[in-house]
Amino acid sequence: MSNEWPLWEVFIRGQHGMAHRHVGSLHAPDAELAINHARDVYTRRNEGVSIWVAKAGDITASAPSAKGPLFEPSNSKVYRHPTFFDIPDDVGRM
Amino acid sequence: MYAQEVKSTGKGVKSLDEMEPLERAFQEKVNADIKIEPKDWMPDGYRKTLIRQISQHAHSEIVGQLPEGAWITRAPTLERKAILIAKVQDEAGHGLYLYCAAETLGVSRDQMTEQLLSGKAKYSSIFNYPTLTWADIGAIGWLVDGAAIMNQVPLQRCSFGPYSRAMIRVCKEESFHQRQGYDIMMKLCAGTPAQKEIAQDALDRWWQPSLMMFGPSDAESVHSAQSMAWKIKQDTNDELRQKFVDQTVPQANYLGLSVPDPDLKWNNEKGGYDFGEIDWEEFFEVVSGNGPCNADRMAARRKAWSDGAWFRDGLMAHAHKKQARNVAAE
Repeated sequence: MSNEWPLWEVFIRGQHGMAHRHVGSLHAPDAELAINHARDVYTRRNEGVSIWVAKAGDITASAPSAKGPLFEPSNSKVYRHPTFFDIPDDVGRM
Repeated sequence: MYAQEVKSTGKGVKSLDEMEPLERAFQEKVNADIKIEPKDWMPDGYRKTLIRQISQHAHSEIVGQLPEGAWITRAPTLERKAILIAKVQDEAGHGLYLYCAAETLGVSRDQMTEQLLSGKAKYSSIFNYPTLTWADIGAIGWLVDGAAIMNQVPLQRCSFGPYSRAMIRVCKEESFHQRQGYDIMMKLCAGTPAQKEIAQDALDRWWQPSLMMFGPSDAESVHSAQSMAWKIKQDTNDELRQKFVDQTVPQANYLGLSVPDPDLKWNNEKGGYDFGEIDWEEFFEVVSGNGPCNADRMAARRKAWSDGAWFRDGLMAHAHKKQARNVAAE
């Protein structure tokens, strides 16, 4: 049982003009069959208008231990949100 | 349920104070309903319990195609046949979502297949009963998928992210399964006396095995406490079984069928039905391989795996060759 088909990650664009979204993974021998399998496994109820597949091994993920250094710096930068600034009502819509 | 034989560490549940820092941080996340993702640190027992539970659940979906698949060629109308094909295809899909969820924990698809085919891994006892008439297809959708929904709805809130997400997909599709089954039963019960008779016969044969799907009684189930502390499991076996009985009896009444249990009685005080003792001896016999169809089911899976080997290998060889040609052309 050594000749296992590689794992692919599947991304589907739904009906409403949204970005492709990760929906799951599957095994397939090559990209073409990965698309065919993704059609059968993940869009049996009209869930998509477009499919991307990528070999799971080709995806680089951030490490859980890097969560602090990567994401904490943005916590203190509340001025990036528009609600940080008080604009007087008299100014009108902005 | 779909993982009736899950064994966790067997030790008692540790308190937060008894835990090492990593385990404590893990348990605090679980307590705060933060999902655990594949790359996060987790106790070995948590990983092992999940691999066993998710792979057994996946095997059940795959083996579960067999009893219903047997009626595809004999469905009474073209429409019923198309519906049954779609249903059986869903079961294959559910198995695939679940295998992928288990693979994120570090077990390979081939390892899981090997464990199923060697008999090391179990699947739900329910699929070792035969489908003798068309009414059995109705009873399976109504009762077996009904029991499955009862179990899977709380699993959507499981602490392990990939399992929880797979369950959300499965639950969205499962309701179709139960309704198509009940629809078959309604049709039969509104039909000729002979049709109603096979509907009653199917209920008679599937009722007890469906109750067994929830697994041994809480008093016997030693693994519940740890799984519940880890939020792999949210309700006890007996709680889910009671809920299923309370929900299903009125549905049987609507069909004009009688539930095959002389001890079944509404209990006003508890606001639910009392029901008779389940034949646990039969349950353990079926789980350990001695049910009416265990040998057939395993033989069918082994044959599918070995008959398909040349095809899987051929496609892989083709993919390698194509890749080599592309590299040479660059």
